[in-house]
Amino acid sequence: MRHIALLLPALTIFSAFWLLPMARLVAVGASGEMGIAAYWAVVTDERYFSSLVSTVVLSAVVTLATIIISGIAGMFLQRNRFFGRSFLLATLTFPLAFPGVVVGFMVILLVGRQGLIGSVTEWLFGEKLVLAYSMTGLFLGYLYFSIPRVILTIMAAAEKLDGALEEAARSLGASPWQVIRDVMIPGLKPALISSGAICFATSMGAFGTAFTLATKINVLPITIYSEFTNYANFSLAAALSIVLGLITWLALALARSMAGSTVAAAA
Amino acid sequence: MKHTKRFYLQLIFTVSVCAFLMIPVVLSILAGVTENFFIGISSGFTLRWVVEVWALYHKTIFLSIGIALATLAVTLLIGVPAAYVLARRQNRYTRWIEELMVLPVAVPGLATALALILLYGQFRGFRISWTFILVGHVLFTLPFMVRSVLAVMGAIDLKTLEDAAASLGATFMQRFLHVILPNCRQGILAGALMVVTLSMGEFNITWMLHTPLTMTLPVGLADSYASMRLEIGSAYTIIFFFMIIPLLVAMQWMSEPAKARKPSHG
Repeated sequence: MRHIALLLPALTIFSAFWLLPMARLVAVGASGEMGIAAYWAVVTDERYFSSLVSTVVLSAVVTLATIIISGIAGMFLQRNRFFGRSFLLATLTFPLAFPGVVVGFMVILLVGRQGLIGSVTEWLFGEKLVLAYSMTGLFLGYLYFSIPRVILTIMAAAEKLDGALEEAARSLGASPWQVIRDVMIPGLKPALISSGAICFATSMGAFGTAFTLATKINVLPITIYSEFTNYANFSLAAALSIVLGLITWLALALARSMAGSTVAAAA
Repeated sequence: MKHTKRFYLQLIFTVSVCAFLMIPVVLSILAGVTENFFIGISSGFTLRWVVEVWALYHKTIFLSIGIALATLAVTLLIGVPAAYVLARRQNRYTRWIEELMVLPVAVPGLATALALILLYGQFRGFRISWTFILVGHVLFTLPFMVRSVLAVMGAIDLKTLEDAAASLGATFMQRFLHVILPNCRQGILAGALMVVTLSMGEFNITWMLHTPLTMTLPVGLADSYASMRLEIGSAYTIIFFFMIIPLLVAMQWMSEPAKARKPSHG
C-alpha cells in the first residue's frame, strides 16, 4: 500500500470541493421554512411537479427520437462506403464540442425570429414559422446535441457486430424488419442502453440550451436557476437540484447495471 | 457498384441529419460576416462584427484559454497519479473511489455550481477570482483525464514493466517518470485534449460561478446572444469555432492511429 498516497491529491480536492459542498447542498435543501419537506415539494407543489414532468417527458421523447434517428444513420454510415462519407462523419463530430448555449443559438438561427425556416415559410406562405422559443425549440436543441454522441456510440458498437449473422437471417428468409428487430437491436443493445441513458441524463440537466432559447419554459434546470437567482429561494433551489441530480445519477446507474458496461455522462 | 433503393433512402435520411447539424453552423458563419443579416447576403460582407466582438469580448477568450490550461495542469498533476493507483490496486475501495469521482459528470453542472456557491460563496476573494471557476472545471474534467489514462494503463502490462525497471535498480520516482509516464503518453495526450476542449466549452457550471470580471468564452457567448444583435453573436460564434477546430482535429488524428496501433500492445 505504499503508493496509495498518489491518490490523495485527487481525493482531497474532490472531497473539499464536491463532497463537502454537496453535503451542504443537501443540508440547505432541508433548511427552508418547509424543512425536509422541501424535498417533497417537487411532487406536492403543482408548479414544480409540472416542471419535473415536462422535463422528464421532454428528455424521454428526445432520447427515443435520438436513438431511432442515430440508429438509422449510424448503421448506414458504418455499413456503407461511398464518396463523401468521411465528410458526413466530420459534420457529426463537429457539434460534439458545442456548449449548450451555442446549441441554443443554432436553433435560433434555424427556427428563430430571423431564422432560416422563418424566412422560407414567410416566402412560401406569407407567414413566419417560429418554433425556437417553445417546447419544440427545446426538443430540436436537445436533438442537436444528442444525435452526434449517440451516432458515434452506435457506430462503434456496430463495427463489432457480426455482419454474417444478418446475412444468415436474410438467407433464411427474414424480412428487413425482422433482421433489425431480432439481430441488430439485440446486438446493439448495450450501446443503445448506455447512449440512451447518457442522452436522457444530459437532457434532464441541459441548462445552457434552455437558457438561450427561453427562460420562460419550465424545465427543471430553468426552474432551479430562477428560484436561486430571481427569488433567492436557496433552500428550494438546493432541494430541487438534489432531486434532479438523483434522477440523472439513477438513470446512468440503472443503465450501467443493465448494459454491463461503463456509462458516464458527457458534457 | 449499383446501389439499391434502400441505400438511397438511407443516404437521403443521413444527409438530412447532417444538414440539420450543419446548416445552422453555415448560417452563423454567414451571419457573422454579413453587413445586415436581416436584409441578407446582398447587403454585403464585412469583418466589422468580428472586429467589434474582439473589442468587446477578447478578455473572455484569454480567460478561457488560461482556465483551460490551468485545468489541464491540475488534472495532469492529480489525475495521472490517481489513475496509476486505481490501475495498480483494483479492489472494492478503488472501484468506489472511481465511481465517486465520476459523480460531478453524472450530476447536472447546475447542482455542482450551487453546492460550491453555498459552501464557498462567503469567501469573497475566492468567490470573485477565476480560481473559483477553475475548481468547477477541474471537478468536471478530472474523470475524463483519469478514464483516458486508465484505459491505456489497462491495455499495457504495468506490473511487468515496473518489475523489470525495479530489478534494474530504478527507484519509484525513476520508474514513474521514465517508465510509466512514457508508456501512457497516448492516454495522457488524449485526456489532455479532452480536458482542454471540455473546459473551453463548459457553460452549465461556469454560468453560476462567474462574475462580471470573470467571464469565460461560453459565458460571453450567452451574454452576446441575449443582448447583442444577431451578427455580433454569430461573429463571436465563428471565433469559438476557430478555437475548437484544431482541438477536434487533433483528437480525431489521435484516435485514428491509436486504433491501428492497438494490436502491437499484445
